Order: sequence, then structure tokens, then C-alpha cells
Amino acid sequence: MNQTPYRLVVGLEVHVQLSTETKLFCGCSTTFGAPPNTQVCPVCLGLPGSLPVLNEKAVQLAIRTGLALNCKIAEVTKWDRKNYFYPDLPKGYQISQFDQPICGEGYLDFPDPDAPETTQRVRLIRAHLEEDAGKSMHDEVHGRADSKIDLNRTGTPLLEIVSFPDLTSAAAAKAYLTELRLLLTYLGVSDCNMQEGSLRADANVNLHIPVDGNDIATPIVEVKNLNSFRAVERAIQYEAGRQFELWKQTGKTIKDAPKQTRGWDDEAGVTKAQREKEESADYRYFPDPDLVPLRVTEAMLSQQKVVLGESPSAARNRLQVNLGLKPYDADVIVSQGQSMVAYFDGVVAGGADPKRSSNWIQQDVMRTLKENDLSVEQFPISAARLSELLRAIDASVVDNTRGKSIFQYLLEHDATIPDAMAALGIVQVDSSEIETLCKELIDENPKVIAEARAGNAKALGSLIGAARKKNANADAKVVRELLQKMIDAM
Amino acid sequence: MQLEILSAVQLGAMIAKREVSCREVSKYFLDRVHQFDSIVSAMVNVFDEATVMEQADQVDSRILGGEKLSPLAGLPITIKDVLCLEGLPTTCSSKMLQNFRPPYNATSVQRLIDAGMIVLGKTNMDEFAMGSSTENSAFFPSRNPWALDRTPGGSSGGSAVTVAAGMSPLSIGSDTGGSVRQPAAFCGVCGLKPTYGLVSRFGLIAFASSLDQVGPFAHHVEDLAAVLQVIAGHDPRDSTSLNVAIPDLTSGLNAPLKGLRVGVVREHQDHPALDPEISKAVQATQKLLQSLGATIEEVHLPNSRHSVATYYVIAPCEASSNLARYEAAHYGYRARMTTEASSKSSTSGRNPLEEMMVVSRSQGLGEEVKRRIMLGTFALSAGYSDAYYKQALKVRRLIANDYQQAFQKVDVLLGPAFPTPAFRLGEKIDDPVQMYLGDQFTVEANLAGIPAMSLPAGFTRDGLPLAIQLQAPQLQEARLLNVGHQLQRAGLFEPKIAGLV
Ligand SMILES: [Zn+2]
Repeated sequence: MNQTPYRLVVGLEVHVQLSTETKLFCGCSTTFGAPPNTQVCPVCLGLPGSLPVLNEKAVQLAIRTGLALNCKIAEVTKWDRKNYFYPDLPKGYQISQFDQPICGEGYLDFPDPDAPETTQRVRLIRAHLEEDAGKSMHDEVHGRADSKIDLNRTGTPLLEIVSFPDLTSAAAAKAYLTELRLLLTYLGVSDCNMQEGSLRADANVNLHIPVDGNDIATPIVEVKNLNSFRAVERAIQYEAGRQFELWKQTGKTIKDAPKQTRGWDDEAGVTKAQREKEESADYRYFPDPDLVPLRVTEAMLSQQKVVLGESPSAARNRLQVNLGLKPYDADVIVSQGQSMVAYFDGVVAGGADPKRSSNWIQQDVMRTLKENDLSVEQFPISAARLSELLRAIDASVVDNTRGKSIFQYLLEHDATIPDAMAALGIVQVDSSEIETLCKELIDENPKVIAEARAGNAKALGSLIGAARKKNANADAKVVRELLQKMIDAM
Repeated sequence: MQLEILSAVQLGAMIAKREVSCREVSKYFLDRVHQFDSIVSAMVNVFDEATVMEQADQVDSRILGGEKLSPLAGLPITIKDVLCLEGLPTTCSSKMLQNFRPPYNATSVQRLIDAGMIVLGKTNMDEFAMGSSTENSAFFPSRNPWALDRTPGGSSGGSAVTVAAGMSPLSIGSDTGGSVRQPAAFCGVCGLKPTYGLVSRFGLIAFASSLDQVGPFAHHVEDLAAVLQVIAGHDPRDSTSLNVAIPDLTSGLNAPLKGLRVGVVREHQDHPALDPEISKAVQATQKLLQSLGATIEEVHLPNSRHSVATYYVIAPCEASSNLARYEAAHYGYRARMTTEASSKSSTSGRNPLEEMMVVSRSQGLGEEVKRRIMLGTFALSAGYSDAYYKQALKVRRLIANDYQQAFQKVDVLLGPAFPTPAFRLGEKIDDPVQMYLGDQFTVEANLAGIPAMSLPAGFTRDGLPLAIQLQAPQLQEARLLNVGHQLQRAGLFEPKIAGLV
């Protein structure tokens, strides 16, 4: 698999916007897309005399996330000021967490992109809460500074999840980020919308190159501006190649150069050196004297443990082990999100065969959702109704072909399965009728019967068509089986 | 009738009984503001007469309507220009905020207004509360009404002056390292710094957040109690505000002092910079307390000698961060960028926006403020933070422990408020270290978070006010006020208005 003359070493810093209704330290709304500077107040504008007040909901979501990421949750956590000047930071400092983050070390297992039936583990260094900055646009022409600033985002709660450099390929980085996003949406702590900036990733990338039995590490580069999963994968791939070429040319190692920041240019497909925002990046962290340290109580932990729910990996495992799905099928359903798992569970709970349920959901249900751009919550056929249909197929009340017709009918009509069958003219034929039908066929087609008795299995095929002409509701499978039985008994 | 010498509590009772109207009282004091402010320069902005009278008439009509109002209803008050108040600019006596109009009232100010008090205007101060003489005001220095060539102290100098000169019966200021107690001492009035967290800091423009507290000025100890009763109490908008029940601060004022254990701090009383007349005033107070049945004990605060250094690391560190927001991008003073200034950005390596911030801060902030921002920035920098900021936090804990130990032996501590009486305008302004050293006796209460009060204690031979300081354990304001009130009744001081005519 890995044919490169080096080992890639990647760690991700992921900023997740927590879905609280209000900001981290004031009561302003966090809704995305409002007109600029309409969701602001003295606190998030940093007006003189204003003071921050902690939003406990953000702490709850951070604890929930930390628990799901197997992190040690701090008993006491505190708030620190990260000082730097920037126009989108009205206080001149960001309230963050420096040395006592709310979530300590943890880990996340994610499906191995090279061997989907197994998992890889990425260890996490920490996850801490901080407030987001605003957005600024600069127009620097002829020495004039024309800047526009929108402070709606200022103060929105972020959870920064920092991984160890455990990722060894671009595909693994993407797979980890995919699993992390899935988990966060399962937890309901973030909408993880990358376009709206609710999920932002920076990658720390370098190479370990074996030379004469020793590993030589290249300088670490932090790649920013990764706005999609594809960008994460491409940027890391590009950066690996670039670093290897640079090492071949210059021989520079981690000891020769400090960490550099580069931005990903998605159109050009390259990383570019970024002008450093802070020359020396001395943030002069110190505890924020406007806020008091927070003690995380047992009650706060258990409150979150109760609402954790099933993680994607637990759901995958249950679908495989308890319900007998193949790893691939379990993953497809789980990756669709928690509501799809709940829908699948609903179908199975109604008594339908799990594998048949999985097939129908992956094919018919998901195709319909995709074609009509619907979410599973908006899907017109309830889990109970689909279960009823699949049970009818399981019991040979209708065949698969008829089943599909009923499915189509149910998309547009709220009806029970018998009502749908009646509306479609599908009648279940009883066994004495089928017997009479088969006797007629044998009597009317001596030639075909002779062929069949001589061992030509295909010969019976022509009789199935004839049977359907006599009775459209006759189940082909049942007819074939009965004919064979009668011929065998001759 | 001379209203300015009455206690505010008495005057409030007269208003409530309709012996005098709120309009008459407000007019009386506003006239004195107009009469004397040109001499002492205590006010930065004053409400116009119509606005004040409108407020006064509202209170009068409520009293006429039989409404039961707070004991302070109808009384005028002045407010240090560090506390946000709607209707006037809140400047912090800085060019940077000269035109800043806050869209909200500080919680302490709002509580005074809710109690029916009449705000006359905003008082002058050292810029951003940094200083001990009010000479660091970007607008003008204030003058001590007892000796016009001397400073009124600072940083709440203007507030102390308005009370000392009878321009207002009451005032509130802020005390970060002595900024209420020292000007009170210089001007011959009472000043109280409450326990950290007792009064909300919401709307108090921050200098050093872990040290700042709002506190009252008055001629009478019972008036300090009455004002504190109104402004103290939990505020959900200030996370550091204490969620404790506030006791009745006035009911215990007359409790006898028999058996009270009073500590005299050896390190303060032996301090080489202590003026002999102040030392004598402390000794006289000691005797007075003994005559009231108190016992005197000597106590030690071994880390006392580190307190000024500790304070002048922690306060500038917090200030350097608190004042970062004044960068002219969002509000505040913005420098006119000339072509030369803009082109300078190409040589300085800063972009035009950064250059604008740098020039605006250079022009909009005064020397002392810039000095402290640089001190704090340095002390928080990588490589220095351990030796300065973090070390100072450790010593702060040691100082607080010293106090805790002392208060196991005694109920209150008695000592000087400031080493000298009021110094001359210009005397120390060019020697910041000398200026800082004067804060020796006041900064400790801020570092330890305990309540402290300065009280007048007679006059020097030259006619300058003398003062003593009392300190008590956290949340023991009632005890402090009780001792102060008893001392006043026993004749430690007689409320006096500085004669300016
Ligand atoms: Zn806000």
C-alpha cells in the first residue's frame, strides 16, 4: 500500500461550532446568515464596562463531546485570555482555555480507509472551549485601509479538538474527520456544516524519512484554509510531496526550521506560505480575571452521560453483530446519520428481515430520498409501513416485483398494505386455485411436460408466462415449485 | 440652612418627611457645583439644571403621592467617570473615550438611580484610574479644596473633592489599589473599599479586574453604610460578584466596642516613609479605641514589604489586556492619518490598519497609561511571565495568608491610609516610582480582597487633613462600619467642609 520513501505524519486541529442558541459569553443569537452586525451586544462588542457571563449550555455540549471522545474531563477548568490585536477581535483578546482545558486526553476509532472491516485509532491531546472571532474583509489599495468587519460570529462557542500526530495518510486524515463529523452530529452538539464554517480543520504535516536506519523529520507545516473533506485530503497529499522534494533539494530537517503556516489554494491545488499574523505569536496567556474557574460536578457528567446515545461505531457494531449485516451495509446505513439508523431499527422492529430491510433502505429508500432531495424524517413511508410491506414479501404474500409496485404506490398514498394491494389489483391467490391452474397447464402442454421430465429445467419457464396469463396474481415462484412437484410425482 | 454638613441619612429623612424638597436639596448642591467647580476642577461633565430638576421633581411627586422610598431617595450624588452612565459621556478622563456614550448604566449606578438618588454629574480622575493624584487626567488636574496647590489624591480625586467641598453629600468611585481611600484621606472625608465581589463591576470600566471595586465617599460613616447597602449585592452580569446575602449594614452601627480586638501592623507603623503626624494620628486613634473598651495587639504582616511590587506587576498585567480594546477600529479616539503617517507604514512593516491603531493609541492614551500597558505587556511576555506575573500571583497569596492569620488574632486592623498628607501638584508627577511607593498601605486590601476604610483623623499643623485606615476580614463590612461610626461619635473627626469662599 504505502510505497512512498517516507512516512507521513499528520495531526489535525478541528474547530467545531457548538450548536447553542446563544453565544459563549453573552445572550446574542448564533443563527448563521443574519445581516452583518445585527447579532451583537455590549459584551461581544467588547464595549467598556461590559463583562462576560458563561453560557452553561456550551459547557454541557463540550462535556458530552469529551465523553464521546473518551476524554478525561477536567474536575476544574478555567478561562484564559489569548492576547492579540486584530480588527475582528474587538476586546483585543480571545477568551480561550490555555493550561486547564475542559477535555483532556482521549481517542477516536474510525474505519480504516485501507481495510474497511477494521478500525484505526487517533489519540486526542485535548479539546477546549473558546470564543470565535468575527469576520473581516480587507481592501488594501494604494496605502488606504478599507476594512469591513462583521461581528455576528464574534463570541460563538467553539470546541477545538486537537489530535496527536497519529494519522499516517491523507486518506486516514479524511476518514478520521469524517468519523468525527458523524459522531458530532450523532451527539447533536454541532451541525458540522463546513460551508458555513461550523467545522474547520487545520492540519499539521511533516515527513519521517528513513536514512541509514534513522528517521529524519522534515519541518512541521500547519496547513490552513481547508474548507472541505476533499481539500483536507488533497492538501495533505500535496504537502507530503512538496516537503519530500524540498528535503531532497535542501536537506532541511525539523531542527533547521520553525513551524511554518501555509494556506491551501483549492483552485491551484497547492499550499502557499502565509504572511504570519503575529510576528512572534506571543499571546501572553493569563487567567481571565472576569471569569471564575468552573468545577465540573458528577451531576454535570451524569447529565451528559444520559444523553450520549449510541455512537456511530456502536451502531455499526450492533448492526453487524446483532442483526447480521455485512460491515459495508452497516456502514452505509450508519453513515446516513442517526435518523437513518432509527428508521432501519423501526423497520426491523416491525418484524421485517434485517438483511431485506437493509437492502430496501439502501436501494429504494435512499434512492427516493436522493432523487427528491428529502431527509429521512420527511420520507412519506413510515418505518412501520415499510416493515409491513417487507413482511408480506418475507411471507410470499407478494413477490419482490409486486412489492416494488406497492412501494411506489405508498410513496404517494397513505394506505395499509392490503389497501394498496387492492388499489393495485393485487390479490393473493389461494393454494387450491394454484393447484387447479397447474393441473390445467399440465393437461394443456404435454410436449413441454415431456421435455421437463426428460430433465430440461428451462422448459417450465414457458409455462410460467402462460400461468400469469390465466391469473395475473399467481406468484411465479409458487407456480414453478408446484409444477415441479407435480411432474416429479408423475 | 447649611445642608452640606448634615449626614445624608439625616437629609434623606428630612426629604422623606417633606421638611425640605428634593428640588431644594438638588438645587442647593448643584449651585455649589457651579460655584466651586471652577476653583477645584472636580467635574468632567455635569447634567444641566433642567435635567437635574426634572429628576428631583419626579422624586418629590412620588413622596407627595405617599410612596415609601429608600432612605437615600432624593439625595444628590456624583459619580466617578469610570462608571457607565447613560445621558453623559463616560470618559475615564481619557482622550481615548472623550466622546464615549455607554448605552447602559453600571449596575451600581443603576441601583443608586433605582433608590431615587439624583446624579449631578461625573467626576474627574486619573486616566483609566491609573494614578494617585488626579494629575493623570487627560483634561485637567483637580485641586485639593483644603489647599489648592495640592492634589486631592487619586485616582478618584474628583469624587473626594465634590464631597469635601460640599458640592455633593455623597459620591462613588472605584478603588483598585487605594483609589477611594487615599483621596478620601487627602480631602478629609470617609472612603470605603468593600470586599472584592461585594459590589458588581458591570459597567465599571476595567483597570485591573481582579482588584477593582466600587466604593462610596461621605462625611459620615453611617452614610457609607447607607450607600453600600444600596449598591452591594449579587449581579448575574458580573461572574465575580459574590452570591451572598447582604446583612443590614446600619442596624449594628451603634454596637459598643467593648472587647473589640484591634491589631496594629508593626510593618506599617514602623515604615520609614511614614509621616510623624500621621503616625501620631494612628496612636491617638489607638487610645480612643482603648477608651471605648477595645484591646490593642501588635500584629505582623511579614510579606507587607512585597505588596507594592506585587501590585505593580498584577495590576499592569491585567490593564495591558483590559486596555487592548482601545484600538480605534470599533470606537474611541481615532487618529487622523496624514499621508506621512500612512506612508510610515511602509517603513514600519505595519499595514495601514495597524499603523492607524498604533498612532491612535499613541495619541489617545496618556503617559502613565502607556507606561503601565508596557509594564504589563512585558511582565506577561513569554520568558518573563514566570518571573513576574506568576511570581506576583504567588506573593499575592502569601499576602492574603498573612491577613488571614492576623485576623485569627484580631477583629480589625488599624493603621495609616497613606504615608503623607496631600502632596503638592507637580511634586511627584515626574517620579512614578515615588508615586507608586505611596500606595504601600492601601494596595494590600485589594490584593487580599478584604474591606478597608479610611477616616479623617484631624489636621496637620499646616491645616491638611490627616487620616487613618481600618481593615477587616472579607465580608465584615458591618464590623468595619460599626467601628468607624463609634470612632466618629467618640470624636475622632468632626465632619468639616473645606471653605472655598
Ligand atoms: Zn453579544
